[in-house]
Amino acid sequence: MATTTSPRPAAPPDAREAALGRGRPIGGFELWTWVFMRISGLLLLVLAVGHTLIMHLPAGGVDRINFGFVAVRWQSPFWRTWDWMLLMLALLHGINGLRTITLDYVRPPGWRFAITMAFYVIGFTLMVLGTVIVVTFDPTGWGPIG
Amino acid sequence: MAIRSRKSKSDYGSIYRGHEGQWSWILHRITGVAVILFLFAHVVDTAAVGWGPEAYDRITAAYDNPIVRLLELGLVVAVLYHALNGLKITLIDFFPRLVSRIRPISIAFTAVFILTLIPTAWIMLGQAWDLARR
Repeated sequence: MATTTSPRPAAPPDAREAALGRGRPIGGFELWTWVFMRISGLLLLVLAVGHTLIMHLPAGGVDRINFGFVAVRWQSPFWRTWDWMLLMLALLHGINGLRTITLDYVRPPGWRFAITMAFYVIGFTLMVLGTVIVVTFDPTGWGPIG
Repeated sequence: MAIRSRKSKSDYGSIYRGHEGQWSWILHRITGVAVILFLFAHVVDTAAVGWGPEAYDRITAAYDNPIVRLLELGLVVAVLYHALNGLKITLIDFFPRLVSRIRPISIAFTAVFILTLIPTAWIMLGQAWDLARR
């Protein structure tokens, strides 16, 4: 079974490891990201799949989504927390996935550094932007909610 | 003169010949990249709520297009595939003894994926159709 790939030394292959492809990293940062991808993946199974199904399927899907919809939804601390956790976990999970793919396919060290740094900058910027919006959003400046 | 291997690359066939796990691996990558690229755009379009109803509703009007709705169906399918396949990977990584049952597990996950795909596609194609007739 394919697992997250790593350019760092992986556990020595035995018969089972060979069947699994590249196995779990033996330690350090790569092991932490390996664990993070699986734990965040389980959380995103609820947060991201739930978000996707709720927003796209019932009651006409995205047809019903406009400023008023967001204003009503974000009156609830539950949905603000849900959306903020989804923002952070999805970006961390996705940026780390892009890092893994970059390390797999991009060999020259300079390009590797430049591309992974570009992903980190995009990810960090979107985390800041999304956090500011989800924390500070106040629709009352544009008239009554509902 | 050095002895060169008689076997050329083509003797091994496609690198994806060996195992259905290799297909799920490449699909996991493709769907993951698709979802994160959409997420980049989606954080920005959602952030437009901070600039008021006019800004937000103008930006989200981009979704009022039947072609965009087909792309949206692709997004939902990518999320579902990546989530289910990721769950399979996690299950096997945390319980390595399940590797011996990889084939029935893969078939079961594929079946669940296809079963969720059918109602999802039905509903979302209906939405796109309604939009196209409006």
